Amino acid sequence: MLTVLLAVGILVALSLIFGAILGYANVRFHVEGDPIVDQIDALLPQTQCGQCGHPGCRPYAEAISNGEAINHCPPGGQVTIQALADLLDVEAVPLDGDHGTETAKRVAVIREDECIGCTKCIQACPVDAILGAAKQMHTVIADECTGCDLCVEPCPVDCIDMVEVGVTSRTWSWDKPQGIAATSLNIIATDRQTEAVH
Amino acid sequence: MQAAQIFSFHGGIHPEQNKAQSLQLPLGRPPLPNELILPLGQHIGQSSRPLVKIGDKVLKGQTIAMNNGFLSSFLHAPTSGTISAIEERLIAHPSGLSDLCIILTPDGQDEWTELTPLVDWKVGSKTDVLAYLSEMGIVGMGGAGFPTQVKLQGAHKHPLSHFIINAAECEPYITADDMLIREKTLELILGIEILQHLVEADQVVIGIEDNKPTAIAALNRLLDERNSTIKVAVVPTKYPSGGEKQLIQLLTNKEVPSGQHPADIGILCQNVGTCVAVHDAIYQGKPLISRFTTLTGDALKSPQNVEALLGTPIAHLLDYAESEQKKLHRLVMGGPMMGYTLDSAVVPIVKTSNCILAATKKELPTPAPEQACIRCGMCEQACPASLLPQQLLWFSKSQEHEKAEHYNLFDCIECGACSYVCPSSIPLVQYYRHSKSSIREAREANVKSDLAKQRFEARQARQEAEAAEKEAKRLARQKATTQKASDKAAPTKAATSATATPSAASTNDESKKLKIDLAIGKTKLKKLQKQLLAAQENEHLEEINALQQQATEQEKQVALLEEELAKVSTAAPSAAATPAPAKAPVSDELKKAKVDVALIGVKLKKLQKQLLENPDDNEIKTKIAGFEADLKAAQALLEKLGANGPATTVAKAAVSDELKKLKIDAAIAKAAVKKVEKALKKAEEIQAPEIDAIRQQLKEAQQRADNLEKTLANPAPAAPAAIASSPANADADKKRKIDLAVAKAGIKKAEKNIALLKEQGKDEAEIEASEWPKKLAEAQAKLATLETETNPSETATAPAASMTPANADADKKRKIDLAVAKAGIKKAEKNIALLKEQGKDDAEIEASEWPQKLAEAQAKLATLESQTNEPTAAPKIETKTSDEKPNLAEQIKKQKIAAALAKAQINKLTKRLENSVEGTPEEAESIQQEILAAQQKQQDAERLLAQLTHSQDNTQENR
Ligand code: SF4
Ligand code: SF4
Ligand code: SF4
Ligand code: SF4
Repeated sequence: MLTVLLAVGILVALSLIFGAILGYANVRFHVEGDPIVDQIDALLPQTQCGQCGHPGCRPYAEAISNGEAINHCPPGGQVTIQALADLLDVEAVPLDGDHGTETAKRVAVIREDECIGCTKCIQACPVDAILGAAKQMHTVIADECTGCDLCVEPCPVDCIDMVEVGVTSRTWSWDKPQGIAATSLNIIATDRQTEAVH
Repeated sequence: MQAAQIFSFHGGIHPEQNKAQSLQLPLGRPPLPNELILPLGQHIGQSSRPLVKIGDKVLKGQTIAMNNGFLSSFLHAPTSGTISAIEERLIAHPSGLSDLCIILTPDGQDEWTELTPLVDWKVGSKTDVLAYLSEMGIVGMGGAGFPTQVKLQGAHKHPLSHFIINAAECEPYITADDMLIREKTLELILGIEILQHLVEADQVVIGIEDNKPTAIAALNRLLDERNSTIKVAVVPTKYPSGGEKQLIQLLTNKEVPSGQHPADIGILCQNVGTCVAVHDAIYQGKPLISRFTTLTGDALKSPQNVEALLGTPIAHLLDYAESEQKKLHRLVMGGPMMGYTLDSAVVPIVKTSNCILAATKKELPTPAPEQACIRCGMCEQACPASLLPQQLLWFSKSQEHEKAEHYNLFDCIECGACSYVCPSSIPLVQYYRHSKSSIREAREANVKSDLAKQRFEARQARQEAEAAEKEAKRLARQKATTQKASDKAAPTKAATSATATPSAASTNDESKKLKIDLAIGKTKLKKLQKQLLAAQENEHLEEINALQQQATEQEKQVALLEEELAKVSTAAPSAAATPAPAKAPVSDELKKAKVDVALIGVKLKKLQKQLLENPDDNEIKTKIAGFEADLKAAQALLEKLGANGPATTVAKAAVSDELKKLKIDAAIAKAAVKKVEKALKKAEEIQAPEIDAIRQQLKEAQQRADNLEKTLANPAPAAPAAIASSPANADADKKRKIDLAVAKAGIKKAEKNIALLKEQGKDEAEIEASEWPKKLAEAQAKLATLETETNPSETATAPAASMTPANADADKKRKIDLAVAKAGIKKAEKNIALLKEQGKDDAEIEASEWPQKLAEAQAKLATLESQTNEPTAAPKIETKTSDEKPNLAEQIKKQKIAAALAKAQINKLTKRLENSVEGTPEEAESIQQEILAAQQKQQDAERLLAQLTHSQDNTQENR
């Protein structure tokens, strides 16, 4: 009987000690904010276009952490979906067409002589990438533009074009090699014949 | 010259050399092409900025583009001619893309611009030399085209142990450096000496592969001649010994740590071509406008090395080397290992183009199809960077960039050794290149998205701040307007509204805090008042004074707090309506209102009497109607004021005033009742049609009298008599009266507070919980005891004070009439003032009944005064003297009021006089008379006031 009581007592004492340690660690190493939302937010393209149906990327990150599908961000495209899938350990699904299609990177360009200086585009731009003032010519700071499209609609004279950012020799990157399957036909003589027949 | 020690590096391969072909012919000098294409980005870093316009004539060696930032370079015209265009042209780049180029059409003169060699490089500052090199457009000519001055600057971070000149030229086919050393041995040595002067390394070593015996011999000969300390280290031929890190390892046995530069371990490498370019610039003032390039490959009939002007189209050089289009299978820029295929031959030679390989199909067959990795490990053995190529391939294929980076992907020099040895013909380097660019892209995208996020968040924060500011402004405006509105409403409400309008800002923290403070202050004040009462009861004079001071101070504080609270909470009239300091004015007003009621009532009766005498007089009827309305208004006011009651802190004199006033009121009311009764009798006698109205009046008057009596409680019947109580009894009497008044005030206050609580919507329980009901009970009990005390003495003194009834009645009547008239004037004036305050214009005021009433009342007053002054002067003074002692304070007050009134009247009349200057002279005269009368009155009042104050002072001293 005494041993039982002793054992119980020791266990209680141990649990109290570890509970205290855990409690202390919880306070001491407390992580501010919601780390998973931050991680998701870091993967999103920050275009802030709202195509996902949220007012910006962070709200979508929050929605994802609350269980929304990961394939609602067209600017991020498949790469972002893949990254999200890896992070959240879920299946990578194709982009949801309802939210738009993946396009090449674009920037807004204002046809400056047509600009009437209404400042509407400035108000629309989520990243303050447009420079101008009332009744002055406006222009887009191309480096800051995320290509979100939001400034195009409000322009009363339709002088904003979304222009694809072409690949220059400095932004160009090497293609991925074809891989094995595409060329395996060439190495076996019989395969080559079959190919010829086709 | 000692032989330098040679070490070795891991891996490496031994591909076919194929160097002999291009060394058959001497250095070629191709003719000027039709145009020179000069890309603005021939180096690593920012593209240069063009300094010329289309159509400009330029001389050979003239600067046509300048550096654009730190990591950038200058560009010079390779020959004299005209700038024909600045446009996008295809450039020599693996992407096959175009870039901005300056197009120069040579004029064939090849006319040099003025050359300014830097002859004093040895004595001048090194920074100047570096800047000069930069202006000469010198970049690393071995591979990437890193601006030389930047590299040299970087070398100053650590003291240099080795300055290595890379002459290894390990890649097959390429012989440009070999040819350069042979052709420009002296220039090379001189260039090395300049650079050594700039970097001051412990050792200067030329690393050269043993497959260039002629060059080695030439170097050794010259160095011997010059007794130079520069060493020549001949390394065995092994690809890629020419790699920077590999050569360093060969010559120093030091490994450049992953992610670091040679400068970090005190080593600087320079290409032989760069050294020669430095020499040309310093000694001859010639900028970098040409370079040695190997033209080789089986598709060329005469492969050779040429000194080609920058911008020469490759097609032009191929023509010069007699290329055979049919044989040409693949055109490669660079060597077979590290070069890249060119899609077009129109691309120009740039500062880094060391070789053009025009290969036949046999030479560079289409790479065998890729197969699966068999994990043979050959690539690992071949890798000069000691990497694990198969692992890297695996991660690259599956896009696991992080893992690839973890396996030092970025240490891969893309030498292609692994691909060369791979039995599965896997284009490993291409995978790595792809992975590297993907990672770089991702990094850049990350930087950009971080920036976008930052800007987005900054914008949001800014917008929120703006919105908050706007909201605050809006609230402030709203507050200001409500404040104004309540300010305006305040006078109309006449401090009566104890209504607790729910404050919009009641949730406001500040207002809450203030309220709490206010409550505390009020409680303190109450305590003080209680103490004061106790002291008054016990007649502790010093204590009373001290307490009164404290109380007033506390009151001030409360008032301050309330002011603040009023400011903070837009709607807190409940607080504003109960200010302690407002008590005195309230009681004053109360008095006035009571007098008003009484006097109007009396006046009404009088008029009714008149009406009885000549019942057809319409004027009187309208007057009666007006006075009735007045009466009602005054009564309403009285009721309201009554609810607010006088405060406990009222000074003794004021307290007794109050009591007396009430007594007078009661008397007046009684008189009124009597009169109305009389009028009723008369009316009954003549059976006037107004009899009902009069009866009604009677009822009302009686009611009022009852009310007053109730207020006065038992002392009421004795009131008029008590005024003239015997001096012996006076003190005791006074004390009792004061106590009574205090007690009554306490009751009133308690009642008021209870009423207030009720108005504020507190339920019964809460009210019960508050101190007031208890206080009320206490005060009532006290009042009862006091009254029992007072009654006998008063009844006892009453008969003694009685006057001759005849005299008294007449006197009283006159006084009353006088008071009534005065009150009427006051009322009218007040109302006019009110109307003005309310922003009514003069026409509206004129249209209202008040001016007319004012005139009437004034007229009446005049007549009454003329009556009073003459026949009743004596009794009046008599009464006054008899009243004097107990009533001093009241008298003073009355006289003060009278004086003030007279003054006001004078002012008014003067104004009227001014206004009626254009009017009839009779009018003016009458006004002037009135003014005189008023002045007289004022003087009288003041004289009396002086007397009274004097006697009061005396009395106080006596006390
Ligand atoms: S669609 Fe993508 S880029 Fe656009 S706001 Fe949503 S998460 Fe951001
Ligand atoms: S400039 Fe237009 S497209 Fe570019 S970020 Fe701003 S709103 Fe979007
Ligand atoms: S290409 Fe890269 S991985 Fe392959 S052998 Fe060269 S350094 Fe090693
Ligand atoms: S040499 Fe080729 S087959 Fe062999 S391990 Fe390397 S990648 Fe695989």
